[in-house]
Amino acid sequence: MSNTVHHSVVDRENDYIHAGYGLKSWLLTVDHKRIAILYLISITIFFFVGGFFAFLLRLELMTPAGDIVSAETYNKLFTMHGVVMIFFFLIPSIPAVLGNFLVPLMIGAKDLAFPKLNLMSWYVYNIGGIFALYALVNGGVDTGWTFYTPYSSTYSLSNVVPVVIGAFILGFSSILTALNFIVTIHKMRAPGLTWFKLPLFIWASYATSIITVLATPVIAITLCLLLFERLMGVGIFDPALGGDPILFQHLFWFYSHPAVYIMIIPSMGVISEVVTCFARKRIFGYKFMAYAIMAIAIFGFLVWGHHMFISGQSVYAGFVFSALSFMVAIPSAIKVFNWTATLYKGHIEFRTPILYAFGFIGLFTIGGLTGLFLASLATDVHLTDTYFVVAHFHYIMVGGAVMGYLGGIHFWWPKMTGRMYNEAWAKFSALILFVGFNLTFFPQFVLGYLGMPRRYYIYPDEFQVLNVLSTAGATILGLGYIIPMVYLLWSLRKEKNVGTNPWGATGLEWTTQSPPITHNFEKTPVVTGEPYVYQEEEKVVE
Amino acid sequence: MSQHVIPQKVYYLVFVTLILLTLVTVDVAFYNFGFLNIYIAMGIATVKATIVALYFMHLRYNPRLTWLFAGAGILWLFIMFVLTIADYITR
Amino acid sequence: MSNNSDSAVGHAHHFTDMDQQREASTLGMWTFLVTEIMFFGGLFVAYALYRSMYPEAFAEASLRLNLLLGAINTGVLICSSLTMVLAVRDAQSGKVKGLVRYLIATIVLGSAFLVIKAFEYSHKIHEHLIPGSSFQFAGPFGQQAEMFFSLYFMMTGLHAIHMIIGIGVLSVLLYQAKRGRFTAEYYSPIDVAGLYWHFVDVVWIYLFPLLYLVSRH
Ligand SMILES: [Cu+2]
Repeated sequence: MSNTVHHSVVDRENDYIHAGYGLKSWLLTVDHKRIAILYLISITIFFFVGGFFAFLLRLELMTPAGDIVSAETYNKLFTMHGVVMIFFFLIPSIPAVLGNFLVPLMIGAKDLAFPKLNLMSWYVYNIGGIFALYALVNGGVDTGWTFYTPYSSTYSLSNVVPVVIGAFILGFSSILTALNFIVTIHKMRAPGLTWFKLPLFIWASYATSIITVLATPVIAITLCLLLFERLMGVGIFDPALGGDPILFQHLFWFYSHPAVYIMIIPSMGVISEVVTCFARKRIFGYKFMAYAIMAIAIFGFLVWGHHMFISGQSVYAGFVFSALSFMVAIPSAIKVFNWTATLYKGHIEFRTPILYAFGFIGLFTIGGLTGLFLASLATDVHLTDTYFVVAHFHYIMVGGAVMGYLGGIHFWWPKMTGRMYNEAWAKFSALILFVGFNLTFFPQFVLGYLGMPRRYYIYPDEFQVLNVLSTAGATILGLGYIIPMVYLLWSLRKEKNVGTNPWGATGLEWTTQSPPITHNFEKTPVVTGEPYVYQEEEKVVE
Repeated sequence: MSQHVIPQKVYYLVFVTLILLTLVTVDVAFYNFGFLNIYIAMGIATVKATIVALYFMHLRYNPRLTWLFAGAGILWLFIMFVLTIADYITR
Repeated sequence: MSNNSDSAVGHAHHFTDMDQQREASTLGMWTFLVTEIMFFGGLFVAYALYRSMYPEAFAEASLRLNLLLGAINTGVLICSSLTMVLAVRDAQSGKVKGLVRYLIATIVLGSAFLVIKAFEYSHKIHEHLIPGSSFQFAGPFGQQAEMFFSLYFMMTGLHAIHMIIGIGVLSVLLYQAKRGRFTAEYYSPIDVAGLYWHFVDVVWIYLFPLLYLVSRH
């Protein structure tokens, strides 16, 4: 910061955004808050790339015939949509943006334990992204985001290698972030901040990091084996060459089922913060919430075989995986009940973040319950690879994870930028997101139940009405994603106007200025009380 | 934590044990114990790995948290093995 | 890991003290090693599965590996673990000379391992045992033996990559140690690199019997 010319400006704008100027100060930063912003930019780009593919997919499905793209192109579109959205948006979304920004702030630390690794993780992410984008402009990839062998290893003629390398590299960026969170949460909490005083967002970040650390290496080695097989022309997974394709599925889902929890658990953390804040009540059953998060993270590792009921897996294994899958419903239900109980008799303030939280709770519940249909052996045989599955996981991953992400962005935007967005527009877009989402995906439950298979570019005439509804919904949904972009960016033109704690929320991040200074706190905070002490307001009302 | 300086003697002792166990594992490989072969080989390897972890990696002198992390790694490896292999042996 | 400190003794700005910084580095490395367990774990699962599917082929293919070189390499690695732990010990007691000497020894032993490994690999090329189009294996188990060698090269190859990374890290630390970067108060990079080195040793401890000793009887 420096000289006399800007003196008055420097005095007024003493925060992490103004801690340095120029591109270099951002690209070489080790400040967790700036790295969060870098991630926000990167993943937003990938979100719109993935969204563009979704738009083309829905456009094609307007009519039963194939009129816009060929079958091959369609295969590439849904593959790239899945790869980009899952690996490049959903997995890093909340941890890398909100987590990076908030974890040190919420525990009263100056930074994450390993700031340089944190920056490295962003570069690793982008290198992985470049591989994926290269494959994209080079003709795409058509294996489905699951890269099932032997199609991916032997038969596909598309750009499997660069995409797989991209996903492999990307895994390291999640691992670095997760490792950083684990060590930071263990070792750098402010004095007095014991485990059961931590905000639930921290619990969620911790659980997510544990999953990332334990599961991501397995997909990394699996992709290595796939590359080896494809490049050397040997048969690790190819049955024609003595390999076993189901092994690939085991190893793949050992990661990819827990990966669903990497996407949803951080959202649960966000929703817990938002619900308790706007209900002006303590979170109901705090300890149960913390235990439930950890239980979901751990049970999540025992259920992967529910993706393989019809793959040739043993029926006994299928039975066990089915039973274990039902177990995950227990902690998930605990969370939903506790959010509801928190809202019950709360003095709910209807601001934008809680609208997203409402959306999350409802959509996640639908997604979770339809998941039980798919975890049941008998119904799954009928529903596997139909639009029912597509609808189910979009309810979890878009209705759940993305709603949580956007809710979190709206909740902490004033903290991140020091500005408040336009509340009317924000509420409006939250509403049309909810409507658009349901219009897009609810018809797909019906389509799947009626037997429409996923991953085809044409379909019988009788499915057209529902498909047109779905496409119409997707258009509204798309609009719902573009509007926030506009008003959030627009808010940056305003003066800083929010003060330290615009929502009257608890938590250490709301005790420092908005946006925070580079070292977060003027003085290391000392924590004495419980989390979520929203009692005072109630007393006022009494 | 590992500020604790351990006598050199301990390290040399561990080293000698590791070399001896390597010789043992090579030697027993020349006898046929049937299906036990693999268990014997893995058993000896696990003893060696444990000694390395306890002494060379100072696990023995580390707080419980480190034990928890190392244990979690092994437990999850076990989960991956058991649930995958269980599918194959019940077909 | 985090060596953000400006001077040799001071802790990085975002930690409260040296202890916190050291504990963080150690825990960070153990967390990383957990990821490594799972990373190699996937390979071990594949190995276990295919070995139980094709026991005869694995037995026969394993005989084509050079037991003597494998055993010598095991010894070399164990020696390198000893020198590594002695390097850490000297770092703990602030003996820079000893630290430098043991680091050099570890790097030399690690490189010796790689040289021997390279010999083994070149033999395999000669014998047409590289999986792929040029693979040749007489007898009824050709295809299944190729599976053994695929796994052999994946497992030992990834292990060798880890060794190369380890040698790279130790070389940087050696350079820093020579310049007096480490003291009895600040040596956690050495400590943490040691953990990594020993872990790579542990992986080999399992690879050796699994690959070389399938059926020597
Ligand atoms: Cu699943």
